[in-house]
Amino acid sequence: MAKKLYNEPSPLETKVISKRWGLEGSETLDVYLANDGFKAFLKAREMTPEAIIEEVKTSALRGRGGAGFPTGLKWSFVPRTSPKPKYIVVNGDESEPGTCKDRLLIEYDPHNLIEGILIAGLAMDAHKGYIYIRGEYRFVIEKMNKAIAEAYARGYLGKNIAGTGFDFDLYTHSGAGAYECGEETALLDSLEGKRGVPRMKPPFPAVAGAWASPTLLNNVETFASVPAIIRDGGAAYAALGTPKNGGTRLLCLSGHVNKPGVYEIPLGFPMMKAINELGGGMRNGKKLKAVVPGGSSCPILLASECDIAMDYDTVAKAGSMLGSGGMVVLDEDTDMVAVALRIMRFYAHESCGWCIPCREGTTWLRKILQRFNDGGGRHEDIALIGDVAKNMFGRTFCALGDAAAMPTMSIIQKFSHEFEERLAKQGSGLVSING
Amino acid sequence: MLQSYPEGKKRSAVVPMLIYAQDETGAVTAELIEEVAKRCEVTPLQVDEVVGYYSMLHRKPQGKFHVQVCTNISCMLVGGTELYDQACKKLGLGHKQTAADGVFSLEEVECMGACSWAPMVAINYDYHHNVTPEQFDALIEGLKRAQ
Repeated sequence: MAKKLYNEPSPLETKVISKRWGLEGSETLDVYLANDGFKAFLKAREMTPEAIIEEVKTSALRGRGGAGFPTGLKWSFVPRTSPKPKYIVVNGDESEPGTCKDRLLIEYDPHNLIEGILIAGLAMDAHKGYIYIRGEYRFVIEKMNKAIAEAYARGYLGKNIAGTGFDFDLYTHSGAGAYECGEETALLDSLEGKRGVPRMKPPFPAVAGAWASPTLLNNVETFASVPAIIRDGGAAYAALGTPKNGGTRLLCLSGHVNKPGVYEIPLGFPMMKAINELGGGMRNGKKLKAVVPGGSSCPILLASECDIAMDYDTVAKAGSMLGSGGMVVLDEDTDMVAVALRIMRFYAHESCGWCIPCREGTTWLRKILQRFNDGGGRHEDIALIGDVAKNMFGRTFCALGDAAAMPTMSIIQKFSHEFEERLAKQGSGLVSING
Repeated sequence: MLQSYPEGKKRSAVVPMLIYAQDETGAVTAELIEEVAKRCEVTPLQVDEVVGYYSMLHRKPQGKFHVQVCTNISCMLVGGTELYDQACKKLGLGHKQTAADGVFSLEEVECMGACSWAPMVAINYDYHHNVTPEQFDALIEGLKRAQ
């Protein structure tokens, strides 16, 4: 029996972490157990922690939250033998505009996430975990809580899990509306009950994370990818993708395509195929203008730059990032001044204010772009916008400043003619400098 | 909730406790701050300072139905801005305003994670995907009748 999903799956997908989606009762433990559930955990229990980490390294899994850092390497940084308690923290803050995948991993298959966390617990010798979920996702938190309660009731969480002698406690933790808390150190401050502002690094969370203890922090999708890696082997998972870009990931396709949706694709899937086949092509027969490849913080790519494979390294070579998998497709009618403004309004709203270049930079860029969009632009604003963005880049504790700067710099660089056209349209004598 | 955290780390419960309590009380009041501070064993100031930081925490009550319309990039491209304008007209409210009778309040929100099924509207904690102008009107009319 099939369950209705938010969007129809596509035959072009490679289903690893989404393979149970659509099964009736996919969120229950029984359906999970009947479909490979907890096989990987039992296998991992027979392995040494070093062997688990080695398998994750072999898989070439890279962080699915945005930075794309090799997961196995991150796991190896946690001092397993530390006398302090160690924690597993799951980043389910999912706030990068364009991204809507982590919620599905919890809504449709929460026990797979639990199993991934337990395997990480075995590898780190950790016995407590927290799933930080954005507050807006109350229905997702409730789904996760229900799955956790079921796992406790059936002996898959708590003491002596599945008779293996391994103990693990897992909890959800609700955020309350703050993009910044998706940044890992800000998330940890938020988990500790404070304002979510980034911490100085080092020390990295691996050494001094939650409550100053060694902490393994990964995205929901990263943990959800682990059971398949342990079950079928790191090499088999790696082979699905391209070298150094193992496996599959969820692509959140949105914007001007006929069939937007969340689809699971192997790393290295062609970007144009994603637009034309997975996405069913451009809406209303329009031409492609540009693509935001991995959430609104990524530099924008021109249509002519999109004939590339979607793996971390190829997209980086093209000057952008795969980010969090939020791919936004823009058609020829899209007004890039309005896009730049909307993106900056977001970052100005979300800047936590900790670092002055970001707090002031995003605020002033929002004001300048708003004035420009309202018809009060000045010619020198075009260079000024690029200049302010450039001066914000790399000068903040966390990546929010960069996240605001990167799309802005790329839009100014690639679409300055649209800003010029706006100036030409607004004519002379109507310029307000007080905006 | 306090038992979820390691011993001596009750402060961790401040944010979740505030948001769940706010659902009951309708807003973060001075009394609520005092109570959360007491339970989490922190000072009221340590509670107060997070209230201003998290966008879902608010000191004034919202409407019985808090209508949130996303206009961030994925929604904007497929009618989110127009949907928000429609919401303003339909409800006679602006950003973060609450109707005098307390039934509806409106907020233009940042990305809520429904980008592939845009445009989206959230009412209280319920998400509505692929919302058309007609569906939006029907949704509001339905709530008016229900209350």
